[in-house]
Amino acid sequence: MAKDEFREFRLVGTRPDRPDGLDKVTGRARYGADISAPGMLWGAVVRSPHAHARIVKIDTSKAEALSGVKAVVTRADFPTGLTGDEWDLQENTMAGDKALYDGHAVAAVAATSKLRAEEAARLIEVEYEVLPHVIDVDDAIKPDAPVIREGAADATVPEGMPPNVVRYFEHGRGDLDAGFAEADLVRENTYRTEATHQGYIEPHACLGQLGEDGKGEMWVCTQGHWFIRKMCADVLGLEKSQLRVTPSEIGGGFGGKTTIFMEPLSLALSRKAGGRPVKIVMSRSEVLRATGPTASASMDVKIGMKKDGTLTAGRAEFRMQGGAFWGAPVDMALDCAFAAYKLPAVMHIGYDVLANRPKAAAYRAPGSPMAACAVESLIDEMCRELGLDPMEVRLKNAVREGDRSSYGPKFKSIGLVETLEATKAHPNFSAPLGPNQGRGIASGFWFNHGGETSVTIALSEDGTVTVSAGTPDIGGSRASIALMTAETLGIPYENVRVNIVETGALGVNEPTHGSRATFATGKAAVEAANAAIKEMCRRAAVEWGIDPEAVEWVDGAAQPAGPNAGKFPPMSIAEIAGNMGSTGGPISGHHEGNLGGVGASFGCHVVDVEVDPETGRTTILRYLVVQDAGRAIHPAYVEGQYQGGAAQGIGWALNEGYVYGEDGRLQNSVFLDYRVPVASDLPMIDTVIVEVPNPGHPFGVRGVGETGITPPLPAIANAIHAATGARLRHLPMNPPSVLAAIKAVKGG
Amino acid sequence: MRYHAAKTFEEAASIAAKADGVTRFLAGGTDVLVQLRAGLVTPDDLIDLKHIDGVQDITRLDDGGWEIGVAVAGARLGAHEALCADWPGVVEGMELVGSTQVQGRATLTGNLCNGSPAADGVPGLVAAGAVAKIVGPDGMREIPIEEIPAGPGKTTLAKGELIAAVRLPARGAGGGDAYQRFIPRTEMDIAVAGCAINLRVEGDTITEARVAIGAVAPTIRLVPEAAELLVGSTLDAATADALAAAVSAAANPITDKRGTSEFRTEVVGVLARRVAQTAYDRAKGDRS
Amino acid sequence: MSKIHVTTTVNGDSVEFLADPRETLLDCLRDHLDLTGTKEGCGTGDCGACSVTLDGTLVCSCLVLGIEAEGREIGTIEGLAQGHELHPLQRKFIEHAALQCGFCTPGFLVAAKALLDKNPNPTETEVRYWLAGNLCRCTGYDKIVRAVMDAAEEMRKEAV
Ligand SMILES: Cc1cc2nc3c(=O)[nH]c(=O)nc-3n(C[C@H](O)[C@H](O)[C@H](O)COP(=O)(O)OP(=O)(O)OC[C@H]3O[C@@H](n4cnc5c(N)ncnc54)[C@H](O)[C@@H]3O)c2cc1C
Ligand code: FES
Ligand code: FES
Repeated sequence: MAKDEFREFRLVGTRPDRPDGLDKVTGRARYGADISAPGMLWGAVVRSPHAHARIVKIDTSKAEALSGVKAVVTRADFPTGLTGDEWDLQENTMAGDKALYDGHAVAAVAATSKLRAEEAARLIEVEYEVLPHVIDVDDAIKPDAPVIREGAADATVPEGMPPNVVRYFEHGRGDLDAGFAEADLVRENTYRTEATHQGYIEPHACLGQLGEDGKGEMWVCTQGHWFIRKMCADVLGLEKSQLRVTPSEIGGGFGGKTTIFMEPLSLALSRKAGGRPVKIVMSRSEVLRATGPTASASMDVKIGMKKDGTLTAGRAEFRMQGGAFWGAPVDMALDCAFAAYKLPAVMHIGYDVLANRPKAAAYRAPGSPMAACAVESLIDEMCRELGLDPMEVRLKNAVREGDRSSYGPKFKSIGLVETLEATKAHPNFSAPLGPNQGRGIASGFWFNHGGETSVTIALSEDGTVTVSAGTPDIGGSRASIALMTAETLGIPYENVRVNIVETGALGVNEPTHGSRATFATGKAAVEAANAAIKEMCRRAAVEWGIDPEAVEWVDGAAQPAGPNAGKFPPMSIAEIAGNMGSTGGPISGHHEGNLGGVGASFGCHVVDVEVDPETGRTTILRYLVVQDAGRAIHPAYVEGQYQGGAAQGIGWALNEGYVYGEDGRLQNSVFLDYRVPVASDLPMIDTVIVEVPNPGHPFGVRGVGETGITPPLPAIANAIHAATGARLRHLPMNPPSVLAAIKAVKGG
Repeated sequence: MRYHAAKTFEEAASIAAKADGVTRFLAGGTDVLVQLRAGLVTPDDLIDLKHIDGVQDITRLDDGGWEIGVAVAGARLGAHEALCADWPGVVEGMELVGSTQVQGRATLTGNLCNGSPAADGVPGLVAAGAVAKIVGPDGMREIPIEEIPAGPGKTTLAKGELIAAVRLPARGAGGGDAYQRFIPRTEMDIAVAGCAINLRVEGDTITEARVAIGAVAPTIRLVPEAAELLVGSTLDAATADALAAAVSAAANPITDKRGTSEFRTEVVGVLARRVAQTAYDRAKGDRS
Repeated sequence: MSKIHVTTTVNGDSVEFLADPRETLLDCLRDHLDLTGTKEGCGTGDCGACSVTLDGTLVCSCLVLGIEAEGREIGTIEGLAQGHELHPLQRKFIEHAALQCGFCTPGFLVAAKALLDKNPNPTETEVRYWLAGNLCRCTGYDKIVRAVMDAAEEMRKEAV
């Protein structure tokens, strides 16, 4: 671990119990589906069984006639005239003229019990005219593919492109031809990854209430309740401030809970049911069919390499479908593709393509895992061909501080080289391997994000502190925020309570996306604590009758700054708090802004696999994650992010993936067939936290949540190649495809 | 949905015989509840069998065979030492069904009557030569297990008929059985291919054999031509290869979300070779 | 559809509720008895978030009908701590950061307790296979497995 110029910390870097631990191990913590309200109704959603169909007629009369049914809504109950993203959200919430994918909502009902609501939903008769559909991205981009929506392309798409291309990207720098000409080896291959789902264990759930007066409330599991508020208000034509959204505890999100799905339906139903609150809880198969999985990708990558491993040029052409709406993360995938490498010439081309699938949502480092899968695989293949050590090639070409990134800006302080060196030094990197075993390595990258953040810190009468934060605690962030606040204030960790507050209590906070909770909320909490310290010093100064500038804050107390300021014993935070009523009233600190100073995070993974040559089944023997955290505030939760990201990446690499039938319907909408890793599939996941501090954060934090899902895809492909001699370029690398690849190698 | 807690098999049979809508028996419920929840099957009459006397019993019969009650959950089979000693292959098949939680509920009979070609508990029973005791409006009969599956989700049981127990023959000397399935993960998957083999040895030579395959045809089925290859052999490499080829040849699988036809065909042969070895070792006294 | 009256014992307390025969034990615990610590992650037996014990046997409460609870003994996450005293597993889960979002945690705790009741000294492999029906999407299982092993060790020491 790199030493740095930062001071020694009292709390940062320790591993105290998380503040919400007790609630979460006793079953007391309230998640999305755990809240009920007086007069509550249950909602159920009618969903399209077709991938693409015109909605001819919806007959709700039988459902409405059922006793206990209080409201039925269809698209006719929503305001018209929306455009752009707002229209997309509304259309995805409830289909209009056409159902655009299997699972697309077409109607919803509210009734006095869950079973009654489900019965009523079955009584709603929808007449469809089934249309030709398209699922695969390479089919969807064909000029004669079924057209999902005319006129959906934005201004980036040149004239004459196939109809389902809705965004087009093209950017690069340097002389690509000269770069390839200079190389000793130029290779180009196509790689494909399937759509996967975040697979959070908690299904979406909300309880919404909306009156005739347009005032409403919602309780919901979300990564960002201000986003929920804005999106619901947009879709329903409400005033944003009239909607009060309170986040529940959240059972995982990974990006998938940064947007809306059925939330507006609960409000629309409530309004129609005379303002009675309506609870909607998705089933697992609704989650898989109708929330936002990630995009599927088809990617051409071309790289030039010299005999000594120097990279001379890279070209990436990515096609991605993100469902029936724009939003596949092609742009981010392209930007991540070559981010770990110094490249004199680079070209990026991308197509965002519509298909008859659910609207993609963010999933942990959106786009980056696919890009890494392609680029890191090809680099490994080329290293083999040239007989080079893939680690040395990565080190040789690694970007460092001051280098121009492949996507444009110059890198500030980054820790790629430190990460690679730490990987090399780990025992897993040189552990012996047996027959049918192989080792793979790969790097990964994520930008991280700051964004809109608003935090308030309030001093209680006894000198303890509450932090009002706006980012739901999805993986221990209360602990990190409390640590940073307590560190700044010089008080015990236990004296800080972090509350995740509702939308009325703070200005806008972006969701927990971009690995930003510890970075941005933490940074704002530190600034808010500093503001409170300033005020506490001022109170002490008034008491002592000295200049506030002459007071400093040390170890949780105000004290005169040096002998010239006067001789007073330190005044503790508890004393200041105890007297605050008479010294000027409540003391709080607040900080808000659109926070910059993010630090990108690089990681490197090493995986050892064993492949059964007769069945193609891959077993993960050893797994190592090395990643630059900048600073690990609570190292246990940093390790947890590394391990969790790796596990999701392993699932994506080996067995996860949306499977569609000929009819365009999702075939694997339960966990029995949507195969996320189970405990017996994985070994312990070793971690090394590299700390190259981010100068843009008071404690040096970079985001840590996302980078970890990026390297597993190519690392495992590289390891399987090492174990079997077979290269898989299409994920998932499930047993049938691995066995087929092994046989193809043996056969010739 | 009407729920009936039947007290006897005859009562259960008579409720089922009289019912005019969709009828399901409730054993462990691990298929029934999933189908209910998914809206696939909402029975009009649900007949719970767990209140019938003796359904929780595992009984050693006078002839040395075994009778397994229709409500015995998988975990209880696994905990029964004497049964495991006699029929490890039958037990290991059932124990592969689902998770620890599912094992607390799921039954062999439910596994059989759900009619899945991929049922893990069934190939072992078929290879063992087990029979089902059936109660129906016309009284009682016994039929071999392999005659019960009739295609995905279907059985040959007539309206009003149900299984009252499963019987395993006496193990006898020199016997060994085993079951393996292929799944992509280590747990919590439905079999992509499965194979059970039951054999008997005298010295090193196999004298009797039954080979059953699962998940590679519309029903779980016996492969007599594969069994014949084993008889008279000492499971040398050539026999094992021939066995694998015969089992693969007998497979007639579909391609679906769980695996391709080609893959299933090949892997069921691989499994047969591995399973034969385990059964053979067990028959020769290695009980692991 | 008429409801059925059910009398059962939950965490040692005798309770009653009215259940539609189609309702699962999970529905009844959560919606009729307000015991929302038991979670629904799938409703189809695949995730283990709904784990409870039924007469001491670990089951998925989503795969048991509410009416089947008549006369039985049910144990849920709410009954794991003894008064103010957390079960060692609960303490170790906090200590090892074995929860991130915490949604899977009640199910893991109930399932892990059933394991340790049966096998006080499980190997890592035994822990992993026993818990294979409990999905966690956040942790990669590493810290969960460590917490269970550590709790087992502590409980073994206390038992001597
Ligand atoms: C998470 C999960 C994982 C699973 N994994 C596997 C697996 O790996 N392998 C596998 O094979 N299966 C698996 N299953 C399916 C299921 O658990 C098994 O088929 C199980 O053995 C069914 O037994 P049961 O007692 O629960 O049956 P039930 O659900 O009670 O009944 C199943 C069917 O059998 C009928 N039936 C029950 N008893 C009788 C009787 N005595 N006479 C006539 N008909 C009867 C019922 O009417 C019903 O149609 C899994 C299920 C789940 C939920
Ligand atoms: S909710 Fe019961 S197993 Fe998932
Ligand atoms: S901690 Fe989130 S699912 Fe396990």
